[in-house]
Amino acid sequence: MLNASLKELSRLLAEKKISSVELTQTFLHRIDVLNPGLNAFITLDTEKSLAQARAADALIAAGNATPLSGIPIAQKDIFCAQGWLSTCGSKMLSNFVSPYDAHVIEQFDRAGAVNLGKTNMDEFAMGSSNETSFFGQVKNPWDVSAVPGGSSGGSATAVAARLAPAATGTDTGGSIRQPAALTGITGIKPTYGTVSRYGMIAFASSLDQAGPMAKSAEDCALLLNVMAGFDSRDSTSLERDKEDYARDLNLPLKGLKIGLPREYFAEGLSPDVAKAVEAALAEYRRLGAETVEISLPNTRLSIPVYYVLAPAEASSNLSRYDGVRYGYRAPEYGGLGDMYQKTRAQGFGTEVKRRIMIGTYVLSAGYYDAYYIKAQKLRRLIAQDFEQAFKQCDVIMGPTSPTTAFKLGEKSDDPVSMYLSDIYTIAVNLAGLPGMSVPCGFGDNGLPVGLQIVGNYFAEAKMLNVAHQYQMATDWHQRMPQGI
Amino acid sequence: MSLTLDDVKRIAHLARIEVGGSEVEGYLAQLSSILGLVEEMQAVNTDGIEPMAHAQDVVLRLREDVVSETNRRDAYQAVAPQVEAGLYLVPKVIE
Repeated sequence: MLNASLKELSRLLAEKKISSVELTQTFLHRIDVLNPGLNAFITLDTEKSLAQARAADALIAAGNATPLSGIPIAQKDIFCAQGWLSTCGSKMLSNFVSPYDAHVIEQFDRAGAVNLGKTNMDEFAMGSSNETSFFGQVKNPWDVSAVPGGSSGGSATAVAARLAPAATGTDTGGSIRQPAALTGITGIKPTYGTVSRYGMIAFASSLDQAGPMAKSAEDCALLLNVMAGFDSRDSTSLERDKEDYARDLNLPLKGLKIGLPREYFAEGLSPDVAKAVEAALAEYRRLGAETVEISLPNTRLSIPVYYVLAPAEASSNLSRYDGVRYGYRAPEYGGLGDMYQKTRAQGFGTEVKRRIMIGTYVLSAGYYDAYYIKAQKLRRLIAQDFEQAFKQCDVIMGPTSPTTAFKLGEKSDDPVSMYLSDIYTIAVNLAGLPGMSVPCGFGDNGLPVGLQIVGNYFAEAKMLNVAHQYQMATDWHQRMPQGI
Repeated sequence: MSLTLDDVKRIAHLARIEVGGSEVEGYLAQLSSILGLVEEMQAVNTDGIEPMAHAQDVVLRLREDVVSETNRRDAYQAVAPQVEAGLYLVPKVIE
């Protein structure tokens, strides 16, 4: 059951072989036993989860089930869920019980899915290791002395350790793909604008995008079917027809053209990661695909551009945390200005404060053109690299992360070295393209390696097809950490 | 472009984040190293390139000017640090 696909779970529920209450209890029990060592969840609410499970059982009994009815899903704590503590991994929101639901939460509710709990994350999604959370580090279930990646590290660990059948994540610079890679699971960040950001606590609004994290591409397709769709409450939500992301899963890959950016296989890539990715590419050739070398010449610039634009947007978005309408307020202060300054000094962690200050600086008078506008111009060059590349290939492949999971504490005192670990994922967000990570083997230390698949705008169904065919031919996605 | 201790204090003030005396040096080092990373941008010629704000060039939607929200003041104020008679309380602003 722990390794069962969502389709199998759905069938067991439909055939009344198991109830949603039993399924939910099974996972809540595992969480009870294993979460103290992994810290994947911030908030659990057994009563609420079981009430949803009972409602799902009624829905199934009445013959009104959808493919996800009765299936427990772990929700990243960036999504506001009514009546649930919704902290975004921050002390600033450590007392915030949301009075409303995010669009994503509503969509899962409508589908009859069960909210299994809220998962740990880097504070305000700022981090690549899940070490910036106010609620403590998340451990990688493959090696509890290693990071699970971030910022969706709690969701990644929850799925990898089989504490949840599936989870949600968000990805601003790689926060779905990198933790998916480092924990050996599958995750997809769709095209910007596909999933509504309503009720998803904002970090960098022009880059933030939600997506599913699960055991397989097929599961991700079913989850994305629920998450995607137009929502007028998000001004950047795209008005497109509903699509079935699972429709092309079974198409053969003969003739598929895979672009390999030479910049993604250059200096800085760990040899064991390169070896696993090369083996995956060989498997794709066996499946009938051909590979062509391409170039994304501005890849190197994506990190500087991102670390101007994302902090700039964050400094603006996070100005709302002032201790007046919700969240933390400093216990002692003088006047109003002092209240703001103390509240924000105490409520935010170090990494968040660093990024707010960088963002404040690059947006300040005299520096705006040199940093912010310059970065926006380079953003266009980065997007144009992909436009050129997709004239030569159907999908782009490469490593998701230059190394396997690093040790807890290894990079936490050096922000710049942490930022550099996002080199292969960030450009995809800047361009607004869909990207995913699929497990493709293990490194020298026995930790998972992720293969990144990047598609053109709205090519999610194609990417899921490409990933699914690989997963039909390999079993990396079914491997579980020892002792779990 | 290197920052000074005064720059850090000015940035912290603009961001409304209190930075204690002992913290300023640490932020100076970290912010300077981040800005050092970012400096690489300046080497690229971007004359004539349009800044890109968003991935999709969509036009903001307009809607009818009608009330779309219900009044949920009590629910929203239930999570506020300090309220009274439907108002958010803050320290006195005008003497």
